[in-house]
Amino acid sequence: MPLLAVENLAIDVERDGQTHRLVHDASFSVERGETLAIVGESGSGKSLSALAVIGLLSEGLGIAGGSITFDGRDITKLDEQAHNALRGSEISMIFQEPMTSLNPVRSIGHQITEGMRLKLGLSRRAAKARAIDLLEEVGISDPAQRLKQYPHQLSGGMRQRVMIAIALACKPSLILADEPTTALDVTIQAQILSLTSRICRDHGVGLVLITHNLGIVARYAQNVAVMYGGRIVEQATAAELYRAPMHHYTRGLLSSVPRLDIPRNVPLSPIAGAPPDPLQVVPGCRFHPRCAAATERCGQEVPAPHHHGGHQVACWHPVIERPEHAMVQA
Amino acid sequence: MASYILRRFIGSVVVMWAVATLVFFMLRLVPGDPIAAMLADAGGPEEMEAMHRRLGLDRALVVQYGIWFWNMLQGDLGSSIYGSRIPVTQIIVEAIPRTLSLSLLAFVIAMVIAVPAGILSATRRNTLTDNTVSFFAFLGLSMPDFWLAILLIIVFAANLQWLPAIGYTPIDEGLWEWFRHLILPAIAIGTAFSAIIARMIRSSLLEVLSSDYMRTARSKGLTPWMLMWGHALPNAMIPVITVMGIAFALLISGAVVVENVFAIKGLGRVLIEGILNRDYPVVQGAVLVVSAIFVFSNLLVDLLYGVIDPRIRLH
Ligand SMILES: Nc1ncnc2c1ncn2[C@@H]1O[C@H](COP(=O)(O)OP(=O)(O)O)[C@@H](O)[C@H]1O
Ligand SMILES: [Mg+2]
Repeated sequence: MPLLAVENLAIDVERDGQTHRLVHDASFSVERGETLAIVGESGSGKSLSALAVIGLLSEGLGIAGGSITFDGRDITKLDEQAHNALRGSEISMIFQEPMTSLNPVRSIGHQITEGMRLKLGLSRRAAKARAIDLLEEVGISDPAQRLKQYPHQLSGGMRQRVMIAIALACKPSLILADEPTTALDVTIQAQILSLTSRICRDHGVGLVLITHNLGIVARYAQNVAVMYGGRIVEQATAAELYRAPMHHYTRGLLSSVPRLDIPRNVPLSPIAGAPPDPLQVVPGCRFHPRCAAATERCGQEVPAPHHHGGHQVACWHPVIERPEHAMVQA
Repeated sequence: MASYILRRFIGSVVVMWAVATLVFFMLRLVPGDPIAAMLADAGGPEEMEAMHRRLGLDRALVVQYGIWFWNMLQGDLGSSIYGSRIPVTQIIVEAIPRTLSLSLLAFVIAMVIAVPAGILSATRRNTLTDNTVSFFAFLGLSMPDFWLAILLIIVFAANLQWLPAIGYTPIDEGLWEWFRHLILPAIAIGTAFSAIIARMIRSSLLEVLSSDYMRTARSKGLTPWMLMWGHALPNAMIPVITVMGIAFALLISGAVVVENVFAIKGLGRVLIEGILNRDYPVVQGAVLVVSAIFVFSNLLVDLLYGVIDPRIRLH
């Protein structure tokens, strides 16, 4: 039984008396100690999917269908109090904006320990000791001193490390990391990512790693789900997805990322066009206006996800490659 | 930090000096002669002369100012030019506890109402609760102090006879008696203050509640109480505290008016009587003290601001 199994998740928004669907039919799962990467351009519904899992969708947004099974229980059926009991202690989240995600007027120590005191029932002293251990684990020097400091005294990278410590504080079994490094320097990005994935692996924590950069997930994730326009368009193991991407969108994402295993003479080609406006109805496959392989059918019928050689892909014309020809045409 | 406090303290003293000086000269530029008012028709020109000389009012303005200022530095604010010539310091020392009692009680009552009201209307935005709070806030803001004071006297003192209409009992003669006498005037001046603070807390909280760090706090599964008092309010109160100094000044000026309605001989009543009688030393003394309260409550607010916001404290 997977730690987290999301099935056919639909998320709607209420706008001016109208209901718009922002996430359609999303299914993915994560095992303990494993990393699932959710990849897609901004606006594809990645954050919404994660927020639905932790139960923090903002006002006006709601789960309109599907199930989220965590540790054997469908948590979409929980009331607010029961869901809140899971937050922090079972499921925690790291957010994209390290500069604004910590409370500016509370000390680092308070922000790390308050959850432990509530959820783990630790004494002030025990919570402090654990906070020091956690800060050490996330690579912050002089942790006892840091506990007394305030967020404005820390750099972005440091703050994101503190966020990781907060996420780990109550020993959750699932961490949702929503673009944890997008706001950081490139050199620090890799440090934070490897830190997060190493800690999760060591502690047997399931990790959902959200990113818009398909290039960086290869090293950290076992499985990858590619999202586009509110749908998961392709899903496979990381190795398989890199070896033989089937969806034209995945191929586009991959070819816009510099890779070592592709000959230099193949130019980087970002996908032409812009992602769809989620409030606007696109008939058929949402990617078809930007897809070079689109046919008439693509503009009329929504392709359902189907299994194909270890991939799950939602496309009328998936690229099927024989292993020896991997990635010759893009 | 210490040098900051010292700088602010010196600044405050300079402001007080400027206010006192301004009042000194303004009083003497206003038409009307205290001696003429005092003697009415009873005295001839010679008596008036003599009286002027005795009170030092015949000297040049600058000399009068110099003498007054020198005495003030030594803690002598002169004495009332009337009757038994009570020293101004004595009048003021008697009046201060009354005004401070009234303002502080009004402040406490106002905050006790404003904080929950502001929280309720922010967390239940656009519901019946929010609209009810907003309605009372605007009602409270649109009622002048003195009018509310009269209304309260009519209802609670005259008709229901629950509370005394006028007067003041010092706190050492019993907490309950003290409270009974002050509750109506405190409500009269605290209502508008409370309304302002409740509205400010509402808008400030609304902004805070949608911030990223509140989302982080929610993701930790904290209790609603911890979210509100541990995370949201400490941030939401920062702008509120900034205006609290100004709002407290509003409270003091409310006290000046309402003391007269409730016949409480606080600074406000001393001031009004002094002005009506052209009792220069009394007016000067009272203004000096009122401006001191203004200036130092603002200073206190600024220091408080540094306590609540670490970003200020450390720079
Ligand atoms: N509160 C909201 N109201 C309306 N639309 C929203 C809201 N939140 C998100 N959306 C829309 O839903 C889409 C998916 O958002 P999101 O999950 O944040 O994307 P991303 O993949 O970049 O994380 C976006 O196009 C966004 O405009
Ligand atoms: Mg996002």
